[in-house]
Order: sequence, then C-alpha cells, then structure tokens
Amino acid sequence: MTKYISSTINHFILSIGLLIMVVPIWIIFASSTHSSLFINTNGLQFFLGDNFIDNYSRVLFKQSGFFNEITALKMFLNSFVMATGIATLSVITSLMAAYGLVYFKVKYATFIFWLIFITLLVPLELRIMPSYIVMSKLNLVNTFAGLILPISASAIATFFFRQFYKSIPDELLEAAKLDGTNSWSFFIDFLIPLSKTMIAAVFIFMFVFGYNQYLWPLIMTTSEQYWTVVMGLKTMYGSISDRFAFVIMSMIPPVIIIIFLQKLFIQGIFQNK
Amino acid sequence: MSFLELQNITKIYPNGTKAVNETSLNIDNGEFVVFVGPSGCGKSTLLRMIAGLEDITNGEISLDGNVINNIDPSERDVAMVFQNYALYPHMSVFNNMAYGLKNRGISKEEINNKVNDVAKLLEIDQLLTRKPSMLSGGQRQRVAMGRAIVRNPKIFLFDEPLSNLDAKLRNQMRLEIKRLQRQMGVTSIFVTHDQTEAMTLGDRIVVINNGVVEQVGTPKEIYSKPNTKFVAEFIGSPQMNLFNCKIENGIAHIADMRINLNNSANIDDASLGIRPDDILISDNGQHTCVANLVEYLGSDMIIYSKIGDQEFSCKLSSKINLNAGDTFKFDISNTLVHLFDNTNGSRV
Repeated sequence: MTKYISSTINHFILSIGLLIMVVPIWIIFASSTHSSLFINTNGLQFFLGDNFIDNYSRVLFKQSGFFNEITALKMFLNSFVMATGIATLSVITSLMAAYGLVYFKVKYATFIFWLIFITLLVPLELRIMPSYIVMSKLNLVNTFAGLILPISASAIATFFFRQFYKSIPDELLEAAKLDGTNSWSFFIDFLIPLSKTMIAAVFIFMFVFGYNQYLWPLIMTTSEQYWTVVMGLKTMYGSISDRFAFVIMSMIPPVIIIIFLQKLFIQGIFQNK
Repeated sequence: MSFLELQNITKIYPNGTKAVNETSLNIDNGEFVVFVGPSGCGKSTLLRMIAGLEDITNGEISLDGNVINNIDPSERDVAMVFQNYALYPHMSVFNNMAYGLKNRGISKEEINNKVNDVAKLLEIDQLLTRKPSMLSGGQRQRVAMGRAIVRNPKIFLFDEPLSNLDAKLRNQMRLEIKRLQRQMGVTSIFVTHDQTEAMTLGDRIVVINNGVVEQVGTPKEIYSKPNTKFVAEFIGSPQMNLFNCKIENGIAHIADMRINLNNSANIDDASLGIRPDDILISDNGQHTCVANLVEYLGSDMIIYSKIGDQEFSCKLSSKINLNAGDTFKFDISNTLVHLFDNTNGSRV
C-alpha cells in the first residue's frame, strides 16, 4: 500500500515536470499550425489549426535571408554538416589525445593534460579574434572547414576519455601485448570498442554544442550560403507562425540524434558509476 | 644449456626498491616450476620479467638458447594467465581465444579448429559465443587458460591464477592445471603465495623471500630438508615449530628441556625446528607439557602448548583423547629436528 502511494506521488511529481517541459513546446507547435493573422489577433493557441502543411512547406522552401539566397532546408543541411563535423572531429581528437596521455610514457603527461584542461576556461567567444585571423589567413572564411576546425578539439571530452582509460586495468594491456597487439591495434581493437558508449555520449554533447553555435558562424560567414539554423532563428522570418514552425523544425535534428543514440548515451554517462 | 635460464637477474624500480636481487635459475623443457613466497617478495616481478612486462635492470634471461632481454613480449612466445584473468570484456569467448592467433596471421580455418579443440579440452565449447561478463569465476578461469593454451607457446606463466576462486573450485582447477600441463608437456611457471598449491603443483619449487631465492628443490626436498629458517617456517602446514635455544656440545637447551642432538655442535643462538606432526606423543615420553588449547580438525587435532615461554604446536590423530588443560608426554627425536643458526638463518 505504501509502495503504491509513494509510486503515485513520484509519478505525480514527474508528470508536473513533464508538463513544464512539454507545454511550452506544444503551444509553439500548436500556434505554428495557425495563420499569422489568426495568432496576431487571438494570441498563442493551445489547439491545432489547419495551416500545418502551408506554413511548414513555405518555411522550408522559401528563399530567405537578407538577400533571399538561402532556404531553411539549406540551413538545416549546413547546421547538420557543421554539427556532425564538430562532433566527429572532437571524438577523434580527444580519443587520441587521451590515448597518448594515458598509455604512452609522455614526459609531463599530467602537466600537458592540465594545460588541455585549462582551455576550458578559454571558450571560443574569448579567442574569437585570433581564431578569425587564423582562419582568414588560411582562406577558410565561408567554408565548412572554417566553421568546424576551431571547435573540433574538446578538453572536456579528452578528460572523459582519459578518466575512462585510467579505469581500464593494466592487465588488459599486458594480456593484449602478449597476444601480439601493437599500439595501433590496441587502440582499434580494444580502446575504441570499450569506449563505444562513451563515444556516443561525447558525440551527442558535441553535436548539440556544434548545432547551437551562433556567434562563430555569424563571424565566419559572409555568404548566406553558409547560414546555419541558429543564425536563421535570429535573423529571419517576419511572420510569427513561420517563426514558430522554424523553431519546431530546428529542434528535430538534435532530437533525432538523441533518439538513435539514447541507449548508448545513458550507458556512457553512467559508465564510471 | 637449459630451456629457460635466468642469470643474475636484478630488478630495481625507479623509486629505488630492489624487487629481485641477483637471481639465477635454470628451468628445463617441460618442467613445472612454482615460485612461492610471501606477498611482495618479488616472485611476480620475476615472472613479469620473463614475460617481458617489466624491464630487467641487470642480468640476462635466455629462452630456448636466445637471449630475450630486449625482445618484445609479443615475440617471446610466452603465454600468461593473470590473477584477475584479464579477459577482453568486449569480445566473445571465441574471440578472446582467437585474438592472439589472428595477430599471428593464422588462417581463419586453422583458428577455428584450434579454438574449438582447446575449448573442448577445457569443456568450454558451449560458451564460445558468450561475453566474459556472462561467465562464472571458474569459467573465466578456463577461458583465460584456453587463451594461453591455444597459442601453443614455449612457456606458460601463471600469476596466482587461482586466488580469486573459492576453495572447492581452487582444488579442482589445481588438479586440472596439473593434468593439462602433464598432458601438453609445456614448460610452466606458476606463481603463488599458497604453499599447498606450490607443494601439489610443482615438479620443483623455488622459494623466494625479499627478492632472493632461498631454496630450489623438489617439494619433498624442500619439505624434508629446508635450507633456511625462512623456508622451514614457510613450507608446511601447520607451521614448523622453531625453538630459540643454545646448543652446547650437541645438547640443545630449551628452557629447562634438554634434547640430545647426537653431534658436537656449539651454537650460542640457534633455532631448533620440529614439524608439529613429528612430535611423538606417548605415555612414556621424556618431556611433559600442558595442552593450552586443542583445535579439532576432524581426523586430526592440533595441540598448542608451551615450553618455557616458547609456544609450539603438535599435530596428532584425533582418536587420542586429550582435552585442553590435560598434561601430555612426548618425545622429540633427534633424527627429525632441523637446526638453524640464528645469525644467518641457514641450516646447520
């Protein structure tokens, strides 16, 4: 009986939390299915309207931007390329950095690690001028490489992998050595499969981080061809229902990534517990 | 020339600890040698140096005629079974066993045959598709052995592989290791701190203490004629009794007890050792003592008593009726005692 009561209370609290999270999104979604005129006169809507297909297809395919050079679809593509690039490169660089720091006899490895860790205190926004100058000298303004490279190494991901590698017993390496593995095959055959879940977690974090970038792409791109979704959110779309439709669509890519990697993601976060 | 030769092997860790000191040892092909000693005595370090997992500070190791000091562990052709098995957690049992073979570029078909044969031998052929996390301790142990056996190495190295198993399983695996080693005839080195394991497994035992080899010999030699006081105490259960005593003209003085050793030794500070089961209890024994404590072990019992202020134990059949507080009479035969000089711990 007490079990039943406590479970009811738990579910009640969880339901309230869920409502707080979901209701605003629902209101945006419901409002996005009405015409702008209707919302301007009647305020935000809780129930669905009948302009869903009209609004969404218009937003997706309409030429927009200051010079009408880009569609929302292209922005999604840009954001996707940028976020995937950042996530993939971050995973690769931090996996390898951690491997070097933990498994090789690097002099001052701890010191180097802390140096990497300190870069957490220097976010992109702080080094935006030098980063821009470097990228422009490399002729990477208005390219995906320019968008991706300066954010493609992550101290926090290196930290996660390093801690994980340290928790792997030395005997595993020793057994593998006797079985004839070399540094490269140990990395490929052991460390990567063992850190699979952690890779998924880091990938998601970095994907969302890359997807949410605003200032850097704003500075790095002068051509509308490279606009990202987040830039679009800020600058585009006069009519209110179009904006709402765009907001709803902008949430979809990260959600898809999380749905696909959810299981691995959760295992990855709790790996060391 | 022996199959495996260690010459003046010394290991000093960077922090200055001397783990192994000037150790020399020859091991013949097919022999089963056990390194035994208390924890921290350097036995594992020695094994790991043979495997190539530790650098050698000084000395030379040669295997099958070749010096292997600077040869990579993967090329030494040795296989090792670790204390916590060190199975690859993300690979199935099959892949755990096949991994070393794959790295040697052996064909898939041959790997299949070899792994299946060894799996049958170890009775783990039903488990080949499972991951290590789904296995019991005993099964993991078998997989770890299988991984070593399948490579058909020159030497097996066992680093306390039985210490994580429960008592029953440990005895069973001990027998199995012995049987497999006999069957395959591969030279094996087994490290343990458990003297029972050492006695039962080894063709020869190497007793190590503080990085120094105290004695090398067959289990029988080591038990019946320990070279040093340390070996005397370490091998045998219950422990050998050692009485501090003074020896004058071949007569040992232990408190007010006198034992005629039938020689002409004169040692001021000596230890007289006698195994608990070598103390002969009889109604017309020369010496008398009070049993302070009696431990009943089923077929045997152990009696704890004192001569002067020195404790000792004797082991006897539990058919004898003796309770704590009773007095008993016993003899110590001078043919069964071991005499050590306390100044250097060596046998006299």
